[in-house]
Amino acid sequence: MRRALLRLLFVVALPAVLLTVWWLASDGSTNVFWPPLRTILKTFPDVWTADRFRTDVLPSVLRLTAGYAAAAVAGIALGTVIGSYRRVRAVCEPVLEFLRAVPPPVLVPVIMLFAGIGDTMKIVVIASGCVWPILLNTVEGVRAVDPVMKETALSYGITGAARLRSLVLRSASPQIFTGLRQALSIGIILMVISEMFAGTDGLGYTVVQFQRSFAVPDMWTGILVLGMLGFLLSVVFQVVERRVLGWYHGLRAAGRRSP
Amino acid sequence: MHALLDVSGLKKVYEGSGRRVEAVRDLTFTVDAGELVCLVGPSGCGKTTLLKCMGGLLTPTAGEVLLGGRKVSGPPPGMAFVFQEYGRSLFPWMRVGENVELPLKQKDLSKARRRELVADALESVGLTDAAGAYPWQLSGGMQQRVAIARALAYEPEVLLMDEPFAAVDAQTRADLEDLVRGLWRERGITILFVTHDIDEAVYLGERVVVLSASPTVVQEQLKVDLPVERDQLHTRVAPRFAELRTHVYEQIQAAKRGTLPVQDRLTKTDTPPLH
Repeated sequence: MRRALLRLLFVVALPAVLLTVWWLASDGSTNVFWPPLRTILKTFPDVWTADRFRTDVLPSVLRLTAGYAAAAVAGIALGTVIGSYRRVRAVCEPVLEFLRAVPPPVLVPVIMLFAGIGDTMKIVVIASGCVWPILLNTVEGVRAVDPVMKETALSYGITGAARLRSLVLRSASPQIFTGLRQALSIGIILMVISEMFAGTDGLGYTVVQFQRSFAVPDMWTGILVLGMLGFLLSVVFQVVERRVLGWYHGLRAAGRRSP
Repeated sequence: MHALLDVSGLKKVYEGSGRRVEAVRDLTFTVDAGELVCLVGPSGCGKTTLLKCMGGLLTPTAGEVLLGGRKVSGPPPGMAFVFQEYGRSLFPWMRVGENVELPLKQKDLSKARRRELVADALESVGLTDAAGAYPWQLSGGMQQRVAIARALAYEPEVLLMDEPFAAVDAQTRADLEDLVRGLWRERGITILFVTHDIDEAVYLGERVVVLSASPTVVQEQLKVDLPVERDQLHTRVAPRFAELRTHVYEQIQAAKRGTLPVQDRLTKTDTPPLH
């Protein structure tokens, strides 16, 4: 019990300090672009009503989910194929490195030309940015499957779908999760950017609207909501990761105890 | 009667990046059903290559391996492998029970039958309580027991063991050796056991096949005429044990020096020399 409290204290301590510093530093601020935290927090419940969550937060989250899921499916599927065959890898790798190096926001105007300015465009933008870390990490993970495990599977007749399910994807899962984690932050960025470019709803659109109408405290609340959304998604991600990769963390801990 | 396992003229040459390595030159020997045969040879003599060719994991350059009269061209369902690297052969994301059960899922077995085989195999190796643990929660010796249980549950005609105890400590090793002998006697399975440890080969085997240094040929075959009932304490100090191990040791030394004439290497000595 005491340890749990202590842990909670560690978790809460720094955010509390930072908020206090912000509160104090901004308290007497008369700068219209830099309103006191007190004002921002007072505005918060007025701006972020249940209705606004439904009209702006929900569409953003749905687009992010769709784009992220599409990227995950495509990235893991393609990555598994590329990682499994040396020849395919040799052909694809230079192209992949190039495509990855293109900053995803640059694609927004291009994708707008093809996909318009609706939800499709935003989902495509999110997916096209998220897919690279997932794809490349999957390739590495699939490639690094232990040869002894491969031989074990082969000698026991574990082939085809069973091999993929119980050996290749499981063995690559720590790497795949690294990619998924990187993709999550990219996804949030692209969600906001795509909505800032063109849109009629969503978090990015709302923040820009507030900024353009000089509703500065409202704009700041939007930024807080985005921060909290990112934090929440990261917590959810960690919970899932701990469940799926429990074996991996245990294995690493066991390896540290007896090298 | 046909031998269960028939290796004839086996040759394996690795070719790659301008280097040509002849790992196995010409191997011929047989293993009868229910035998426990140890293959022993100097380090790096291509023992693992040989075993992988037999298990269908590698394609031999020449010669063939017959299992029950049928040519081995891929991993046959009648063979189970126990690898030296137990830590890398068990799947760390599966619990012990799941690891043992996984190969059975490829066979056409009912769920109840699979459970029965898993429980029976784990009991045979003394790990009934560990079914729910992850492999990395177990000691090295216990992990290798899991690998043995997985092979047993598979119900193979032949069990191929590739230096399975090379990476465990001496006491665990003695226990595992007794476990293998016990399983062989209880279950009447055929075991081909590869090792570089001469004492282990003589202690375990009913027959010892001595391999030469690479490129490998059969240096000698030796029947181990120790009693079936063996134990670590008495068998290892028996005069006959000492004679046999001395003989195998001399053969291996000769193999390393390569002093024996070729025709001698190929003769099959079924009567072990008395000193």
